[in-house]
Amino acid sequence: MALNAMKHSLAELKPGEHAALIEIHAGKGALGRMSSLGFTPGVDVEMIQNYGHGPLIVSVRGTRIALGRHEAEKLLVQRAAA
Amino acid sequence: MTTWHSPTQEKIEIRTAESAVRTIALAGQPNMGKSTLFNLLTGLNQHVGNWPGKTVEQRQGSFRFEEHAYQLVDLPGTYSLTANSPEEVIAREYILREKPDLVVAVVSAANLERSLYLVSELICLPVPLVVALNMIDVAEQEGVQVDAAVLQAALGVPVVPVVATKAKGVKDLLNEVELVFQGRRILMPRLPEVTDEHRLVIDQVSDLIRPYVPGIYPVDWAATKLLEGDVEMTARMKALLPATRWMDAHAILLQHEDAILSIASGRYAWVERVIRAAVKRPRLGQVSLTDRLDRWATHPVIGLFVLAGILGLVFWLTFALGSPLQEWLDTAVVAPVAGLVSGWLAAAPAWLHGLVVDGVIGGVGSVLTFLPVMVIFFASFGLLEDVGYMARAAYVMDNFMHLMGLHGKSFLPLFLGFGCNVPAITGTRVIDAPAARLLTILVAPLVPCTARLAVLAFLAPAFFGGAATLVSWGLILLSLTVLVLSGILLNRLLFKGERTAFVMEMPLYHLPNPRTIGLLVWQRALSFIKKAGTVILVMSAAIWALSYFPGGTLETSFLAKIGGLLAPVGGWMGMDWRLTVALLTSFLAKENSVATLGVMFGSSQGSGLAQTLAATYSPASGLAFLVVSLLFIPCAATVAVIRQETGSWRWTLFNIAFMLVLSVGAGVAVYQLAVAVGV
Ligand SMILES: Nc1nc2c(ncn2[C@@H]2O[C@H](COP(=O)(O)OP(=O)(O)O)[C@@H](O)[C@H]2O)c(=O)[nH]1
Ligand SMILES: [Mg+2]
Repeated sequence: MALNAMKHSLAELKPGEHAALIEIHAGKGALGRMSSLGFTPGVDVEMIQNYGHGPLIVSVRGTRIALGRHEAEKLLVQRAAA
Repeated sequence: MTTWHSPTQEKIEIRTAESAVRTIALAGQPNMGKSTLFNLLTGLNQHVGNWPGKTVEQRQGSFRFEEHAYQLVDLPGTYSLTANSPEEVIAREYILREKPDLVVAVVSAANLERSLYLVSELICLPVPLVVALNMIDVAEQEGVQVDAAVLQAALGVPVVPVVATKAKGVKDLLNEVELVFQGRRILMPRLPEVTDEHRLVIDQVSDLIRPYVPGIYPVDWAATKLLEGDVEMTARMKALLPATRWMDAHAILLQHEDAILSIASGRYAWVERVIRAAVKRPRLGQVSLTDRLDRWATHPVIGLFVLAGILGLVFWLTFALGSPLQEWLDTAVVAPVAGLVSGWLAAAPAWLHGLVVDGVIGGVGSVLTFLPVMVIFFASFGLLEDVGYMARAAYVMDNFMHLMGLHGKSFLPLFLGFGCNVPAITGTRVIDAPAARLLTILVAPLVPCTARLAVLAFLAPAFFGGAATLVSWGLILLSLTVLVLSGILLNRLLFKGERTAFVMEMPLYHLPNPRTIGLLVWQRALSFIKKAGTVILVMSAAIWALSYFPGGTLETSFLAKIGGLLAPVGGWMGMDWRLTVALLTSFLAKENSVATLGVMFGSSQGSGLAQTLAATYSPASGLAFLVVSLLFIPCAATVAVIRQETGSWRWTLFNIAFMLVLSVGAGVAVYQLAVAVGV
């Protein structure tokens, strides 16, 4: 899959968009929790619900996970080219 | 390019303990069906308690299978074995320290990738492992096919397909366990690899810590946990190692601060390889039931209406069904029992008669009448939880909860508080950040519970006649507003506006399982009854004694004296000593205030009392009394559970003091305001 070279925050993805996770900025505790839930570098993330404010829902490794917008903003992704 | 270091395969020895009870621990991530399997195997032969020194629920149970006795331990559901919360520490400490004879890992066939992550950690521990491949039915519905034999070959440990809710495959699972115990299954677990770079680091750290690692921990494993930045293991090793050695180890670890990410990646790479052959993916693009329901349930606007509708329904059910049952219990059970016992004690000294009939039966009895209300409430909640809705409620309330520096997860226990504050406070265990959990506990007693709503329902019509409904809703809104404002204030003052990360799995919706809900209600009811029989019993007797001695009448009692002492404060709120005493007795149980007023005005709790009260007190006094009643210090049972859950008398006393100041302040303000506007 060709990747768009630009880095975005996960919170910018629209529902239905896929992206590869590249950087995770989180506190130590959150980092451990998120990586065990499947947020590891390179993993494919699909945006399920994102209304532009409030929390959002993504799908990672076949699981739906709700993320606070603040947390999502600290996950950097590269969009999969359309 | 990363090169992978190939791990050695080791054969795990079975400790054969003929005739003795075999201990099996159930491990698994949340929502994999662990409890369902546990309940299925043990039925009512289970015991719910707490893990020693922790506020995490512990379930143990026993069962027999083919002339062997088994002890089953339900470990807390955890996504990994790295210490993110007390649950992970409990799970791994249990496995390493208590050394169960075997661990059954429950994974979901419908969510194999994520659920095998925990297995990638369990498989590295020195204990025999059997994998229960649960939710085969869900996987099939979604078009996912898992080949258990291929999975077993890839993992090197037995894999047994089961459907826990339909009791399918459970016998096969136990047969497999039996084969392992008989030594007829050779376990050759295939371990996840570690990159060369990390292998080197782990070896270096291992060398440093080796002489100091407690015998129960495999040295390699402890070193890996350190590299993962595991909080608990770091603190432990820091305490055990001589300072200079720790500094050396720490320096190495500091250079690899992000190692958790590549370690987790390595485990997921292992998972991907293990399932590659075993899983057939579903066709893409199909819209699942969960997608369709979530369009409404998690919508930022519609979702709030859905939530409000569901909550309204729960309330309606609770009061439409529960209140008549409660009244019936009161008149058809408690009253006759009191009458009967009163007859037996006719010849006994007056104080004994009073203690048993008014104190014990009056106090414990009136608390027990709340059982139907609580059962209905818990059943509704159990149902919402079981179908998977609760995570959605937390999700749509997230924005609102941010006002208090909390996030969505704190909404659930607070809502439980409308039933009773006690389970609300134990319910805060779902919140992973300690500060957020504490804050939620501190504001939870401000949620008006059924007992306070009952007082409101009785007194509002007495004071306000036709306007009662309006006043009641107004007062409930006032309570909730005070709750939010207190949350904002406490968050600013005590927690400096600290933020906590909101990361929560949204489970798939599924049909409820009556057995799971039934057991939940049963256990909650049982623990409520136990509390009524212990804490509340003692407190009832004590309060009764205060209201009786030394003179034998309420008017001359210690309680009346205390009421007299507090009269000046009461005066600011337009309350005389009787209202003040009624308020004090509500500490035992909130609905006691009505009973106390009944005793003092010498009338039954029926319409007579309402009329007397209306004639005695001005609406301004009545309003102030209701406001203070709603916000007053938590009841005894709630205080006990706050102490238990915070583990601190300081916070408990703080909570009481905070609510005392809040309620008196609000009472004074409301009374003075009402008088000023001429109510
Ligand atoms: N369809 C289906 N549902 C299951 C199965 N096992 C468990 N469940 C349901 O999955 C949900 C979570 O189960 P539970 O035992 O509470 O999971 P735990 O968090 O691992 O203890 C409950 O609603 C169960 O009824 C299964 O094999 N098939
Ligand atoms: Mg469970």
